[in-house]
Amino acid sequence: MTIDAQGLHFQPLNEAVRSAGSSPVVIEQCVGQRYIGSGLSEKTIEINGTPGNALGAYLDGAEIVVHGNAQDATGDTMNEGTICIHGSSGDATGYAMRGGSIWVRGSIGYRGGIHMKEYREKSPLLVVGETAGSFLGEYQAGGTIVVLGLHCEADKPVSNFCGMGMYGGRIYLRCRRPPSGLPDRLLCAEADEEDRAFLRPILTRFCELFGESLKDVEALPFYRITPDSRNPYKQLYVSN
Amino acid sequence: MLREGEYRNPSGCAISGIFSKEGKRIGGDTIIRSISTMHDRSNGLGGGFAGYGIYPQYKDLYAFHIFYDSPAAKETCEKFLERHFDIVNLSKIPVRKIPQITDEPLIWRYFVTPLHVKLADSQLDEKEFVARSVIRINTVIDGAYVFSSGKNMGVFKAVGFPEDVGNFYRLEEYEGYCWTAHGRYPTNTPGWWGGAHPFAMLDYSVVHNGEISSYDANRRAMEMHGYTCTLLTDTEVITYIIDYLLRKKGLTLTEMASVIAAPFWSTIEKKPPEEKERLTYLRTVFGSLLITGPFSILLGFDGGMMALNDRLKLRSMVVGEKDDMVYIASEECAIRIVEPELDRLWSPAGGEPVIVTLNDRR
Repeated sequence: MTIDAQGLHFQPLNEAVRSAGSSPVVIEQCVGQRYIGSGLSEKTIEINGTPGNALGAYLDGAEIVVHGNAQDATGDTMNEGTICIHGSSGDATGYAMRGGSIWVRGSIGYRGGIHMKEYREKSPLLVVGETAGSFLGEYQAGGTIVVLGLHCEADKPVSNFCGMGMYGGRIYLRCRRPPSGLPDRLLCAEADEEDRAFLRPILTRFCELFGESLKDVEALPFYRITPDSRNPYKQLYVSN
Repeated sequence: MLREGEYRNPSGCAISGIFSKEGKRIGGDTIIRSISTMHDRSNGLGGGFAGYGIYPQYKDLYAFHIFYDSPAAKETCEKFLERHFDIVNLSKIPVRKIPQITDEPLIWRYFVTPLHVKLADSQLDEKEFVARSVIRINTVIDGAYVFSSGKNMGVFKAVGFPEDVGNFYRLEEYEGYCWTAHGRYPTNTPGWWGGAHPFAMLDYSVVHNGEISSYDANRRAMEMHGYTCTLLTDTEVITYIIDYLLRKKGLTLTEMASVIAAPFWSTIEKKPPEEKERLTYLRTVFGSLLITGPFSILLGFDGGMMALNDRLKLRSMVVGEKDDMVYIASEECAIRIVEPELDRLWSPAGGEPVIVTLNDRR
């Protein structure tokens, strides 16, 4: 089913998406309609245009593909499924994710993966092709964030306060040398064999989705960031 | 009804701005289309617009837009204006009666210039004379509220959704090189016509999405400098801080941004020596004007527009560019609706000012 979203409020749009049951939906001329695909399972949604905030919030198994940029809070608290964005994504991408995966070809805004978590077999994944804004993985409690820094010159693909307040999970950054200026309560080490083996299928999938070369992606070192449990996070705001 | 200043209930809002660096004249209907895509960020308790370059026929006169509660308030205020200003033109601001906008006050517009004798007597510069007159009307004359007081610019605001407010004020009949817009979701104050955004002082106008946590510290500091905050809304105090830093202290826009959205000390520490010294100086001298808590603002001024996020970027903001046009909005959709094909789209970092000016003002 194809839905022309021009001039359509998010309510009728999302009702139309839901009424299509498990059959695939294509949304054309999307401009800012919120909550697309939220809570849905067993379905594919293809979006042309700019979907609004909270795209795929509470997603429960559906697959969403965006040809364009996503706005804020993409995949908020999603539980299962896939969101694939061929452009960039705004602030708080993957906010409080608890499962499933988000793939972004371009960059993401501030607070990507804030408060991601994991529990037993549920372990969310956020993969970013270019760069991530400040506070990536703030208060991260679980899951995996990978930032590749493709097509950019900077020393590291993240900005200030990466992993601030992080207490679980892992962040992998692809960069020439160890990322500088990380909060001092984190551990950072170059990816070892085990990490490489873990990353391999993720990077392969990323390259398949967006037509990048695996050889090029793997040509630079990866650094793994995890919380230092012997030196836990204290406070940021009062002294600053 | 209780007003701003008398009541506080514990903001999601929408902002949008459009700017032509070539000074092309853009109709008000364009900014209405932009802000209306973010309808759900407002709740109908306030919407407003600022247009720059809209009064070319009176460009050397101050354009006062005034709300009156009653004919008596109008009479008192006009007596005050006659004593202090030469009133070159006055009229009702034309509006369109629509069911979405109700309970409107009397809305009048005056093109004025300070009386020479009064201005000379006051020993103030012209802008200070005008600013003090505006504050005087707003604090002393009950039922009169000047909500726009700049040259060749005007603010239009009301209680309602922004697209309805724009329709009410017949904005399609105005053309300017810059427009800013606001859709309000008031969380602290009840939503009165005067409390809608933009807030303006002289040619500065501010639209703001956010909720600053430093309000009281900022208010106390500004009251020491002669600005009376009457509305308990954070946007009012932001407007006064900007007026104070730019007009009275002579800071540049970038310096002003480094004061109100000063980086963390830990971030300043990592800067090169000269930049570190500059930031340390500004944060030390104007410490009480640091604005904390979430905000994204658009500042309109004569010949330019500036966008700024709080240092933690707790509110969203995107910038789109196409030829000489610059679009800045809370959401990308508000830009795409008026310009689907952009040369560049990007998000400024927290505390990073984005400044655009007319090409011929550089």
